[in-house]
Amino acid sequence: MNNIYLDNAGTTPMDPAVIETMTEMMHTVFGNASATNSFGRKAHSILEQSRQKIAASINAQDPNEIIFTSGGTESDNTAIIQTALKRKEEGRHLITTMIEHEAVLKPMAYLEENGYEVTYLPVDKNGVISLDDLKQALRPDTILVSIMTGNNEVGSHMPITEIGAIVAKSNAWFHTDAVQAYGILDIDVKRDQIDLMSTSAHKLNGPKQMGFLYEREGLGLAPHLMGGDQEMKRRAGTENIPAIVAFAKAIELEQNARAELTARYQGFKRQLVDKLTENGVAVKVNGKMGADELPQIINLWFEGCQNDAMLTNLDLAGISAAAGSACTAGSLEPSHVLSAMYGKDPARVSQSLRFSFGRYNTAAEIDELVAQLTKISQRIKK
Amino acid sequence: MQDNSKTRVVVGMSGGVDSSVVAYLLKQQGYDVVGVFMKNWDDKNDSGVCTATEDYQDVAKVADQIGIPYYSVNFEKEYWDGVFTYFLDEYKKGRTPNPDVMCNKEVKFKAFLDYAMELDADYIAMGHYAQLSRDEDGTVHLLRGADENKDQTYFLSQLTQKNLQKAMFPIGGMDKAEVRKIAEEAGLATAKKKDSTGVCFIGERDFNKFLSEFLPAKPGLMKTLDGEVKGEHFGLMNYTIGQRRGLGIGGDAKSNEPWFVVGKDLATNTLLVGQGYHNEYLYATSLKASELSFVAPIEDRGNEFHCTAKFRYRQKDSGVTVRFNDDRTEVEVIFDEPVRAITPGQEVVFYDGAECLGSGTIDHAYQNGKQLQYV
Repeated sequence: MNNIYLDNAGTTPMDPAVIETMTEMMHTVFGNASATNSFGRKAHSILEQSRQKIAASINAQDPNEIIFTSGGTESDNTAIIQTALKRKEEGRHLITTMIEHEAVLKPMAYLEENGYEVTYLPVDKNGVISLDDLKQALRPDTILVSIMTGNNEVGSHMPITEIGAIVAKSNAWFHTDAVQAYGILDIDVKRDQIDLMSTSAHKLNGPKQMGFLYEREGLGLAPHLMGGDQEMKRRAGTENIPAIVAFAKAIELEQNARAELTARYQGFKRQLVDKLTENGVAVKVNGKMGADELPQIINLWFEGCQNDAMLTNLDLAGISAAAGSACTAGSLEPSHVLSAMYGKDPARVSQSLRFSFGRYNTAAEIDELVAQLTKISQRIKK
Repeated sequence: MQDNSKTRVVVGMSGGVDSSVVAYLLKQQGYDVVGVFMKNWDDKNDSGVCTATEDYQDVAKVADQIGIPYYSVNFEKEYWDGVFTYFLDEYKKGRTPNPDVMCNKEVKFKAFLDYAMELDADYIAMGHYAQLSRDEDGTVHLLRGADENKDQTYFLSQLTQKNLQKAMFPIGGMDKAEVRKIAEEAGLATAKKKDSTGVCFIGERDFNKFLSEFLPAKPGLMKTLDGEVKGEHFGLMNYTIGQRRGLGIGGDAKSNEPWFVVGKDLATNTLLVGQGYHNEYLYATSLKASELSFVAPIEDRGNEFHCTAKFRYRQKDSGVTVRFNDDRTEVEVIFDEPVRAITPGQEVVFYDGAECLGSGTIDHAYQNGKQLQYV
């Protein structure tokens, strides 16, 4: 049976070189980076080297703008909730989009329950906000604009540079959830005037429960996790040095391979859509399939084919893909992203699948995917 | 041993012990087994967690133990349209519907069957206590489960050849104790899980309270057949023919016998009550039923035949004569002996020995030709 993994936007397998780095660190560096003994100093030195590498990867001014966290969720929660708390006397209005990850939407809903006001910007059928909508939504009391860099379900890419320029002229700070984009897209926090940015290591063949929050110097957010004085008193908890070093290694590998991977993934997208079309499968791309989108994510509408039956069939054929998110009883919930893009067309929302590529996928696997999709869609199409 | 590895069986797994054992036995027999959990009801508790979560987690545990893939499918719309809407409509008419019969007809042996076929299944398998036999020409016969106490053919009686053609009931030949024993010996996570009770979507909640969320309760008077007012009722839908509980009427000077629901009058929103379990008005001699459905080739039996019948789940069989109307859309069922508490909305299910022939939905009950005021 096949064993084809096309859910890399969910998570990725760790790169062997990253595993090697991480295990080597586990063997050799176990000290507590806050300790003043020699073991602590060694850990501290390695921690700061990784911080520098990672700061450089996004063109941050100062390595201290990087706060290591447990990943995207913690980074998003910290950025949103701590900004709201810190700036509550300046204003209680926040702006985000309808297609953010739950790690942004849930903190926003939490703030709404606690006396804040949130504006959710709509997106067009390509999954992108309108800059005019953003300008109109901004108010003197807007304290934060949180807009994702690239969407995890459809791969749409927001105009981050333009958004950064607009927000910079306002009183608000700009946070972007770059979990899905970091590594594969060119991100420059100075150029894009980003104040806060969330990332995660496991989306780029690094370890899970690892990420960072970029916090521009001078914002002075309080720690979201309180306790020890780690991370310059901005995030309590003993640093996971092996995972941090592994993260730095993973981003280095990803950025070195970026051009080649982008070209390869774009090729997979064309191969998938062209061959399905050749086989007579009625398929439409959700969003845009251009050079600007996240190259590793494609979301397709299979007209007349329910996504649960498609996914289950693919899984039984040994191919892992995804569609929206599952409720705790395992059944698929309608995707809020596709609903925001195609809300007027509920069939499209429930008949779409996401395929996301990783560095170990091959063209032969895409051919096998096409063969299975052709067979399955013929069987179940109503 | 027969090679079953190329035969895909999709098992409807509820998270209970019966369907767990079904999946286990089929896997032991070498079938290509796929477990599918049906999520039929959208209900979230205060923390926003689906109430079906625990059952799904049990499916996951058992499937992992057995070594089969498992999935979940959402039939909320199918259940709402095909079962729940019918359920409410029946209550609005003052009748007592049987949602489990409709669930089998519209969801388990229709939506689920279709879904399993989409998964390239050769068969579907369920944890029902019922048995099937197949003739050489492919005709399927629905037979009572071996465990008389558990026999579920009552709930399967509205199914047709098409619904059952691809079905398997691997535990239909066992009794519950055997099923539990197999589960325990195999160490299945659900071996000691208690049987679910009540209507699936209501679960352990207060039935009348649940119903009142969907249908406005219309209180009215409780009267005797002579028109004497005995109190007020909370809404006709909360009572069923022959019920004793919840009336709140004490004995009176004439008799200390308890009070029972002996009828309903929807037109005047009156609940008819009478004394004594064996109240005369509770005994019918015939009924009329429609919504007929037969698994067995019933045409062979002509327009009138004798067989046995059940009028509600777990009742003993009674001898009856079944008489079709001209266009065979209705039957008159004449009882060998009077039967207590015939309830409009329930099924009358016909049997010939072990074989379940089919059923109809009860519309009216009669006492010596005179219609009883039951709705």
